[in-house]
Amino acid sequence: MNYETLLIGLAGVLAAAAPIIFAVLGETISERAGVINLSMNGTILLTAMSGFAVAYTTDSLFWGFLAGMLIGALVSLVVAFASITLKQSQVAIGFVLALTSRDLAYFLGNPFMGVPGPRLQAMPIPFLSDIPILGPLFFKQEASTYISFLAIVLAWLWVFRTRPGLMLQGIGEKPAAAYIRGANVNFMRYVYTVVGGALIGLAGPTYSLGVRAGWMGTISGLDGIGWIALSITIFGGWNPARAAFGAYLFAFLQWLGLVLQPVLTQVPSQVLQVAPFPLMILTLLLVNIGDAEWVSRTLAAMPESARKFFTKFLRAMRASPPAALGVPFERD
Amino acid sequence: MNVDLRNIHKHFGKTYANKGINLSIQSGTIQGILGENGAGKSTLMKVLSGFIQADPGGEIILDGKSVVINSPADAIHVGVGMLHQDPLDFPPMRVLDNFMLGRSGGLFPNRTTVRQDFLKLAEQFDFSLDPDNYVDALTVGERQQLEIIRLLWMGARVLILDEPTTGISASQKNKLFATLKTLAGQGMTIIFVSHKLEDVEFLCNQVVVLRAGELVGEMHPPFDAVKLVEMMFGKVVTLGERQPIQTGDTVLELKGVSLEDVRLKIKNISLNLRAGEVIGLAGLEGSGQDLFIRACAGLVRPVGGRVILKGKDLTGKSYHAFKHEGVNFLPAARLEEGLVPGLSLTDHFVLAEEPKGVFIDKAYGQKLAEERIKSFNIRGNPTSTVESLSGGNQQRAELALLQSPLSLILLEHPTRGLDIESVIYIWSKLKDRCKQDGAAIIFISSDLDEVLQYSDRLMVFFSGDVSEPIDATTTSIEQLGQLIGGKGWPQKGEPHA
Repeated sequence: MNYETLLIGLAGVLAAAAPIIFAVLGETISERAGVINLSMNGTILLTAMSGFAVAYTTDSLFWGFLAGMLIGALVSLVVAFASITLKQSQVAIGFVLALTSRDLAYFLGNPFMGVPGPRLQAMPIPFLSDIPILGPLFFKQEASTYISFLAIVLAWLWVFRTRPGLMLQGIGEKPAAAYIRGANVNFMRYVYTVVGGALIGLAGPTYSLGVRAGWMGTISGLDGIGWIALSITIFGGWNPARAAFGAYLFAFLQWLGLVLQPVLTQVPSQVLQVAPFPLMILTLLLVNIGDAEWVSRTLAAMPESARKFFTKFLRAMRASPPAALGVPFERD
Repeated sequence: MNVDLRNIHKHFGKTYANKGINLSIQSGTIQGILGENGAGKSTLMKVLSGFIQADPGGEIILDGKSVVINSPADAIHVGVGMLHQDPLDFPPMRVLDNFMLGRSGGLFPNRTTVRQDFLKLAEQFDFSLDPDNYVDALTVGERQQLEIIRLLWMGARVLILDEPTTGISASQKNKLFATLKTLAGQGMTIIFVSHKLEDVEFLCNQVVVLRAGELVGEMHPPFDAVKLVEMMFGKVVTLGERQPIQTGDTVLELKGVSLEDVRLKIKNISLNLRAGEVIGLAGLEGSGQDLFIRACAGLVRPVGGRVILKGKDLTGKSYHAFKHEGVNFLPAARLEEGLVPGLSLTDHFVLAEEPKGVFIDKAYGQKLAEERIKSFNIRGNPTSTVESLSGGNQQRAELALLQSPLSLILLEHPTRGLDIESVIYIWSKLKDRCKQDGAAIIFISSDLDEVLQYSDRLMVFFSGDVSEPIDATTTSIEQLGQLIGGKGWPQKGEPHA
């Protein structure tokens, strides 16, 4: 493989990760507020289909993306209403919505199967795209990819650097404590769940109008992405930047599978296709190893300086979920 | 700030938690509020701090102005801040984030000025808090300190403290009291809710007593403890006399046991515990006593030495092996580690029995539960879920679950958060079990009076150092306090006395 193709391949990884980025950021925000939106897999399929359908019908990419966001927000509104207002199990409602949305996408998407429709074109940014290496890597992308870069930075800034973001952390961690500090817990949970849902709803059109343009029904190959995005959210420790890293890692592994296929002919192609999934699980395990008892024992036996370093490292890597994740809040 | 509560009523269903309470507190006063568990102290304070709303008809007047407090945010806005018994903070977040969370202002808070404010306040009260530390690395006492300066920074001029001395060390308690006195001197109004007479006597300028939702009495210094207790319970309650224990055979023998976890290493503990004996473990929280008691329960494997129970070497054996030999452990977190929330009392008693077949004998379980509820004086019925019981009743339920026969009872903060009557009851039951089964007790408590009152010997823990067992009858509370604070220990390198 020469240098040029490598760059194009890596640029492709950044683009392929964009929809996953939207999904994990949306889920991260929602879970930070304490609401698990388990419907993600169905939402991605439904918004991919409807985003394409709307863009095809109106011949406008903008309306296609907007439709995706609206439908994502709508599905998450159902999750929010059932879990916050009706105080029902978030897992149950999310799961049902995941299945329903998926089947709805396949059923309603039939008329649009395989029809050629509009798609995003690459938008090289003048001047920046001429920079060697960085140019072709970052600045010859589609609009959705640029937006995904921006979304990572904004989400991270919001959660960790702004006043409302701090409160968002509090709401998911200990709602009672957030409440005495003046938060309207349930209202804010609605807001973040719906905003998160809208972000997840961006993932679908980013596929069907960009990364994998068109709607192919059950062979679109999108089924399962939502579940992976859920695990990446956990891998990301509910931190937008880390979650984004996880998304890129996953996209990279998938690309690697494709690239290696012609080289490693003796390995069945299925193995390489499936490999990213167990690799993600392995990473998850490694990240959260700090809580295991044998690790703390090993640490205790280390000399002082090494122990300090590793303890700090593991503390930074440790990802504990928001303590009130999935727990309804009542004032008393 | 002058606080006037007029005609406060609050009912939950048919029961009145507060019944026509009138209370007026002058600016600069430290007002004690006494009462047993469930007397309505917490409800009254939740009304004042906006957590719940009183029934219509009452009035809250601050500095002569009638105010409406509908939420904790309203309360802090008018200058009322409350320090909750379990600190309402965010453990995995940093101290500084906890400090500024909830303060209004621009989108991007200015961390530099916040940090300056924080350090200035911390310095003013001589609190050593690192703004970059995580709250889950702090002790309960430090979390209180953080919460106090946060409330002051938010503009609190009335500070309500709900049972603030449970779970903090003696030196932290002294610091807290000094802080409160300083604040009162500056014109703050302090409301100190407690069921601990000695704290209230020491600190407060005036005391009111609540019983069954009503204000039943008021007292100014000098306080008459006997009379206060009488007001609290509506009857005279006396502490039992210390009884010399007839010690029997060795129950537990530790031979040069060493323990370690991430934070600390404990080396070479030897102990000979006889039947009927009670050993209290004292020390700041996290000084190793929790590790020690878990090692005695078989939950932590020692890295060296031997653990011998009734002549049987159980070193390195599992918790179940220990339990099989009659070792029972009641952890501090009653609902997290001790009981199963969601299950009823009957379920608990049935679960604790030796299994007889696959199916549950409902009638038997019901009978068993009724018996135990009666003999352990639990306020609840067989179908009550454990989380619906009050702390004292949960602890009674745990005692009722102790297996039989017993050889060793291990308790972590057995009476934390309980009122005097429950404390006396629980200890009398424990001592009975000791006598009956020839068992011994090891318990952890941060309440020095409890350690001295109920143990025969005590061991002090200080950052991984463990004292030889000391005779509790000849130790004074001052000596014990100093040992806990790290004074009066043999120098490093010298053999332990």
